[in-house]
Amino acid sequence: MSQTATAEPAIPRVGKPLLELRNLHCERDERLLFSGLNLSLYSGSIVQVEGPNGSGKTSLLRLLTTTSVDYQGEILWRGVPLAQSRLDYLNHLLFVGHLPGIKKALSPRENLAWFSGLNSGHQRCSVESALSEVGLFGFEDVPCFHLSAGQLRRVALARLFLTPAQVWVLDEPFTAIDKQGVANLERLMGEHAAGGGCVVLTTHQELAMPQVQKLNLMDFRELCNAHEVEDSHEFEGNLYE
Amino acid sequence: MSSNAYKPPETLHSPVMMQPSMYQGFMATVKRDSLIAIRHRGEMANPLMFFLMVITMVPLGISPEAAVLASLAPGMIWVVALLATLLSLDSLFRGDFEDGALEQLLVSPQPLYFQVLAKVLVHWLTTGLPLTLMAPVLGVMLSLPEAGYWPLMASLFLGTACLSLVGSIGAALTVALRKGGLLLSLIIMPLYVPILIFGASAVSSAIDGFPIVGQLAMLGAFLAAAVVLAPLAAAGALRISVNG
Repeated sequence: MSQTATAEPAIPRVGKPLLELRNLHCERDERLLFSGLNLSLYSGSIVQVEGPNGSGKTSLLRLLTTTSVDYQGEILWRGVPLAQSRLDYLNHLLFVGHLPGIKKALSPRENLAWFSGLNSGHQRCSVESALSEVGLFGFEDVPCFHLSAGQLRRVALARLFLTPAQVWVLDEPFTAIDKQGVANLERLMGEHAAGGGCVVLTTHQELAMPQVQKLNLMDFRELCNAHEVEDSHEFEGNLYE
Repeated sequence: MSSNAYKPPETLHSPVMMQPSMYQGFMATVKRDSLIAIRHRGEMANPLMFFLMVITMVPLGISPEAAVLASLAPGMIWVVALLATLLSLDSLFRGDFEDGALEQLLVSPQPLYFQVLAKVLVHWLTTGLPLTLMAPVLGVMLSLPEAGYWPLMASLFLGTACLSLVGSIGAALTVALRKGGLLLSLIIMPLYVPILIFGASAVSSAIDGFPIVGQLAMLGAFLAAAVVLAPLAAAGALRISVNG
């Protein structure tokens, strides 16, 4: 896939889409989350998924990471349905979830060594330099239960520096991160997109990047009939996502 | 965070990306789980303490007479080893489920089969193997006849590996339930019955002077089948649990 221009703030549309969602329909606990969702992710796309609590942001990301298959419609990876291209897709996917899978009993170095082992040791830089990139220099061997919430989140985000994956799916990556960290993370995502990758993230924060494409899940709820909308409003106070 | 060390992803499509090494992924999980087990030594000692305590209580509760204890010993040690394994199973996947590591495992390009096998291997190394090594000492406490020691260890060696593997299916099925402990026992108990029967009968046959090749061969066959099938079932169950 060719490189996209970095200077242009316009949404890049180079070549075939990497990931394509076609007419996606998702329900959860007999409650409609979204319907008729179409989205194409090109290399260079940054998509911010928006919507109030419980609107299905995390559910959408779970579909994108293949951990959930409760949907109707199609998800294509480079033109091939996910069911057939799953392994190749997972090989190119980095997912940092709301719960990032950091073991508190282990040090940041040991945690990242596991992630790198799962990816068969494919990494762009050493674990030490990734940790110093996220401001954890000197904390490499401190057990994670001594770290603050923000520092734990940074350990998880250090994977962004390590991985050669092309598709990043990030669920609330800015939680517990300070202002400087947020700015750095945004710049990192920009660089990733400029290098040919694509990013899907959920956040309630306004992003400063001009090339961000916004996807409001509430827009895909109004497409369904009025009866179902009524149903879905009943649950809106629910924090369940 | 400075930008100088960041390398743009030029290598996104390098062919090496296409071949995740199963061995490396397997070893990474074995290493990580072993480290966690070593850091949480107290939890690891729980089933062993249970094993030790129950066997210590038996002579006090039943009879200190050597003849009575000797007839009870094979079955007693096997039943308690089985229950001790069952106690430890609930935590097999729970920690990973609660902190998101299980999701990461599903999203990784590694086959889940080998990842489950790695986790079960560590579970066996931290429960089944210590139980096997402790068994002769407890045999002395229950005045197990001399002919029973090697058969006891051999049958526990094969049997506890089966227990860990078969148990992983139940642990995977109940990981998403908040109170899965009882359900886990109900699911797994029937599957443990044949292992218990052949294991305990190996020891008592040896004491009575009969050959035990048959029982050990059966346990070996159970183990072979469990290695092949149990991680498959557990991997499927984990996908369902995370999907739910």
